[in-house]
Amino acid sequence: MNPEGVDIALTMSMLLHAKPLDEVHVMRKVVIDGSNTTGFQRTAVIALNGSITVEGVEVPIEQVTLEEDSGRKTGDTKTSVIFRLDRLGVPLIEVSTGPVIHDPEQAGRVAFAIGRILRATKKVKRGLGSIRQDLNVSIKNGALIEVKGVQELELVSKAVGYEVQRQLALLEIKDELRQRNVNASDIKEEFVDITDILSGSESKIVQSTLKQGGVALAVKLPSFKGLLKRELTPNVRLGTEMAKRAVFWGRVGGIFHSDELPAYGIDSSGVEAVAEKLGCGDLDGFVVVADSLENSKDGLRAVVERAREAVERVPEETRAANPDGTTVYLRPRPGAARMYPETDVPPVQIGEDRLEQLWENLPRMPEELAKELETKHSLSSKLATQLVDSDYLPLFEEIVAQAKGVAPSFVATVLTESLRSLQREQVPVENVREDQLKQAFDLVSKGATAKESVLDVLKWLAFHPDGIAEEAVDMLNLRMLTKLDLENIISKVVESNQTFVQENGSKALGRMMNLVMGEVRGRADPRQVTELLRSRLEQVRT
Amino acid sequence: MTVLLLEGYHGGVLQKLRKSRAKIGSIIRLTSKSGEVFEGILIPRSEYSDPTHLVLKMKNGYNIGISLDRTQKLEVIGEGEKPHFTKPSPPASHAGLPKVSIISTGGTIASRVDYRTGAVQPALTAADLASVVPELSSIAEIDTHILFSEYSESIGPTHWKGMAEEVAKKIANGAEGVVISHGTDTLHYTAAALSFALEGIPVPVLLVGAQRSSDRPSSDAASNLTGAVALAARADMATIGVAMHRDLSDHIIVAHRGTRVRKCHTSRRDAFKSINSDHLASYNLKTGQIELANEAAKRDRSRKLVLKPRFDQHAYLIKFYPGMNPGIIDSAVSTGARGIVLEGTGLGHVSGHLFDSVKRALKQEVPVFMASQTIWGRVDMNVYNTGRDLLNLGVAPLEDMIAETAIVKLMWVAAQTKSAGKIREMMLQPIAGETTSRTLAEAF
Repeated sequence: MNPEGVDIALTMSMLLHAKPLDEVHVMRKVVIDGSNTTGFQRTAVIALNGSITVEGVEVPIEQVTLEEDSGRKTGDTKTSVIFRLDRLGVPLIEVSTGPVIHDPEQAGRVAFAIGRILRATKKVKRGLGSIRQDLNVSIKNGALIEVKGVQELELVSKAVGYEVQRQLALLEIKDELRQRNVNASDIKEEFVDITDILSGSESKIVQSTLKQGGVALAVKLPSFKGLLKRELTPNVRLGTEMAKRAVFWGRVGGIFHSDELPAYGIDSSGVEAVAEKLGCGDLDGFVVVADSLENSKDGLRAVVERAREAVERVPEETRAANPDGTTVYLRPRPGAARMYPETDVPPVQIGEDRLEQLWENLPRMPEELAKELETKHSLSSKLATQLVDSDYLPLFEEIVAQAKGVAPSFVATVLTESLRSLQREQVPVENVREDQLKQAFDLVSKGATAKESVLDVLKWLAFHPDGIAEEAVDMLNLRMLTKLDLENIISKVVESNQTFVQENGSKALGRMMNLVMGEVRGRADPRQVTELLRSRLEQVRT
Repeated sequence: MTVLLLEGYHGGVLQKLRKSRAKIGSIIRLTSKSGEVFEGILIPRSEYSDPTHLVLKMKNGYNIGISLDRTQKLEVIGEGEKPHFTKPSPPASHAGLPKVSIISTGGTIASRVDYRTGAVQPALTAADLASVVPELSSIAEIDTHILFSEYSESIGPTHWKGMAEEVAKKIANGAEGVVISHGTDTLHYTAAALSFALEGIPVPVLLVGAQRSSDRPSSDAASNLTGAVALAARADMATIGVAMHRDLSDHIIVAHRGTRVRKCHTSRRDAFKSINSDHLASYNLKTGQIELANEAAKRDRSRKLVLKPRFDQHAYLIKFYPGMNPGIIDSAVSTGARGIVLEGTGLGHVSGHLFDSVKRALKQEVPVFMASQTIWGRVDMNVYNTGRDLLNLGVAPLEDMIAETAIVKLMWVAAQTKSAGKIREMMLQPIAGETTSRTLAEAF
């Protein structure tokens, strides 16, 4: 195991008041969706039994684990999933809180507080995805649902809220099905071939399936009429849940359910014929799948299973968060059985000496850190706090140490307030890399461009992620003028206003200054302009 | 017995556990001096671990190690389940399938994991195998035999002899194909050895291994075994071969000729490559289709198998490197070498400062052969002066034979004859497809 990774995990554990273990054992957690090329994720408990206080409430930290990150899914086709492996194997620290968070807003606040402590180590990289929240949500009579991949803090309370709403809606559906006297055993794995009925339909999916020798199968869902289209969360219906299961287990492209038909090229006569062939009564629904025989059967089996669950309970699932906070089915929830020892990595003993050394070098907590920034770099307390809460603190320190000619308060303002306001203007500032930010401040420090130009440079870089700051300065014509250039410009302005200068003498300075600055703004230091202009005016008079 | 019940524990921890009557699998509660409480199932410990920690599996599946020094109290609060493997029912046999014998020599080509404790148990009986790789019972009628259990690197000429004799026995008993499971590191040496030891083999004999052990989801054990059994059962060839993954995906298992195959990667599943030749046959795991890719002797049960299982270990493979001490050749000769294969550079060269030693070896009737360390390609010692000089000294070039096959062949040849001249002659004569007169461009 990477010793630095272990040290950081131990440090974080200490900040979360968790007790480090004497000996760390690496486990393999089976993950067979392809995101780990080995088929398992290596994970180890580093510390247990911590706690933090968030707004007066004590939140237990059950466990801190060190894991390896998985590959990121970047796309898929019907038969394959594409992963990027650049994140695979990167150390990842997982902090699990106890089940004591009672409302969505509190979840957001706790996530924020943990993030703040983690940032205090200055080891957390900036950027979307470097801190992710997995949420375990359960409600009374509902089920424990794990929501994966909530990347933005703002989304935590929203995702929790939606999940509560989804489970409540599922419980309502369950009650309605009960009232309609349906039992799970009434939903049968009886798949009827309806290829002949749909062969004449205009549905593109059906037509292309048939061309490839596939079939259309249907299954009756007794008493489900009207419930399939019931919205659980925005744009997620019971039918959607069934579709996701069918896609996962049956590798099919999707399903058609009776509540959304006629549509998709299947007309009402087709719908009636299918209902008749399945023997559907007034309250019955059905689901159709068109694919190869094997896939269609697997897909409908998954639909039947989901329908049976709808009658009985909210099923335990692992779900993935959408950008709007709603979620979709990802995979079934695994148990402890998928964990077994990693024999390639020997156990790591955490000695007293190591702990002591880490303890002595424990980073300061956010409040202390802000105080220190205030005094060391003469920042306002607001700016210091903003910096501590941003992802940019390590970068700030690097820039300030390197670009000595720039005021720390200016750097802090750009990294916190200015970047955020650019973001609000829809400038994709997330494209700007740390090295580009450093370049921009370097150029100011060296006098190659004015500090007023930094925002324009960053804006340009946001739209030209492959560019460098030097390039931006040139493209935007923001390079500082040399003294000679400046003198030439001043001479030209003064000459073309000769009469005015001669009439007004030294009082002409103000107006001349405006004219010159109009031409050189962003490319010259106003103090230098004043100086040169003044001496030029002297010359003219004498 | 107590030691087994507390596998891997020794010293102070072992005593403490014994005193508390704890066993592997017991549910244990530890209270630390600072009042922390840990609960979990006692897990076996690796034999190299220290005597001061014990390992518990917590309810959530994670293992943790707790130091005894920090422990105030150790109680057994319950008996957990012991790691156990239910005996699978014997496979349903399909009448009329070809008979394939599986001989196991070590490596865990197939094993089962007890996910609670992480214990791994090799699956070696026919029933075990069928439960782990159920496909097998629809491909062939399988019988299994555990010949020995050795790590690949510990296998040598005595094991080759044992394997050759066992194969002959299986064929005499009616096997229509033989599969030998074997650790992968020296799989190709064994394959070459059997190629020479089993003359006139009437059915295919395929060695198979796994680059990833079967406790990993990325394991190639089951798919390689399936491919090997299918090829042994059905491919119309009668050759010694190695059956492994063709590429990274679980798609095609290829059989390489035993004398022309080499492990070329530490860990990839397609580590085995046919060198200077095409593979023999391939098996498509999805369609079950077999394709023959190279000319090999056809199956013929009437062909007489001649067993020549002896090897003489007084044979040396010496790899040349810049700055090499020539004394290593003299030392080989003085320890009774009956032949030396030099693994030279490029087309077959060693530095001039070795010439005297080479001369001395040849003078003492120790034949010296040349293979190339480039792995692929053919030696040609007529191109440069050094090569011509070595030829003049009497070094014999081994065409496109790979160095690993060359040393195995030399051990075998040395056991077949007493004469140095005959050794030289047999080394240059193709016996089991180890050289060809023409190396195709596609073979690289």
